[in-house]
Amino acid sequence: MNQTMPIQVYGDFLDAIPPCEEYLTLNFSPNSAPRKRRWSNYGLSADFLGDYFAAFFPGDAALDSPINQRDTVKAAVSYIANELLENAVKYNEDSAGLPISIALHLYASQIIFRVANYTEEKLADKYQQFIRELLGADLDVYYMQQLEKTASCGESSCMGILTMMNDYAARFGWKFEASAQSPGTIRVEVLVYLDV
Amino acid sequence: MDIQADDYSIQYDANAATVYFRGFLRLDGIEKYQPVMDVLLNAIICSTQVTVDLRDLEFLNSSGISMLSMFVVKVRDRGDTSLTLVGSDKILWQTKSLKNLQRLMPSLILKFDSP
Repeated sequence: MNQTMPIQVYGDFLDAIPPCEEYLTLNFSPNSAPRKRRWSNYGLSADFLGDYFAAFFPGDAALDSPINQRDTVKAAVSYIANELLENAVKYNEDSAGLPISIALHLYASQIIFRVANYTEEKLADKYQQFIRELLGADLDVYYMQQLEKTASCGESSCMGILTMMNDYAARFGWKFEASAQSPGTIRVEVLVYLDV
Repeated sequence: MDIQADDYSIQYDANAATVYFRGFLRLDGIEKYQPVMDVLLNAIICSTQVTVDLRDLEFLNSSGISMLSMFVVKVRDRGDTSLTLVGSDKILWQTKSLKNLQRLMPSLILKFDSP
């Protein structure tokens, strides 16, 4: 139990994100259904979020890309939401019995994703170590190092976060705090900013 | 050896020395990609000029991208096999992420076609 753990914040974290007119939140109830079944539900949810937010953008042909803005938003939202949900599920402490949530907020030229889940202290420490390493490194160099490492050792090496940052130019903010509802677990909140 | 699932298929065409990926591929972690990797590894046992056709692969999660990077490094380290990746310029993840695989293996040929 670590009731005194201070709140740790990294990157571009905001407690209160700016108000917006369009937003959508999904909460996934904690349950004991087989992970395989839940896994496909998270993928479907990511696709739904992509379709939902793409509908706010024009589908006219783009001048500088074979993919129009609507399809770009759909694919980027779906990829990012899927990666964030996969991470939340992989590292979730199911025994806490608390929901995983994902919210998307739409602005004129940006979408903000906010994902929260609960994890055990050891995993939260390991995650924070990775974040400190990442924030202290040159992204391009670090990305290639981790990709090579993943390719050689077959370990995942947080490629999800690295692809979102490097390939989709997403910016991240993180907050870790001891859960009041589930002593001994850490609430992890991730903000991701995607320019659209 | 081919894989046919609800959301995706992986098919090896020996005559064309080409592995075709189709659909939505988001398996739960890199370990779950081993059967897919086995199809790819079989292709480089059968031929020294292999093509991986991704034009109909609409979605690949980061574990899948990691699996592709593992395959590229295996081909690179063999040293006697040429590898071509064919992607679609209409599928966003391919336009964003495939070029990084070429950085792992500069001799990799990366072609973008419309499906």
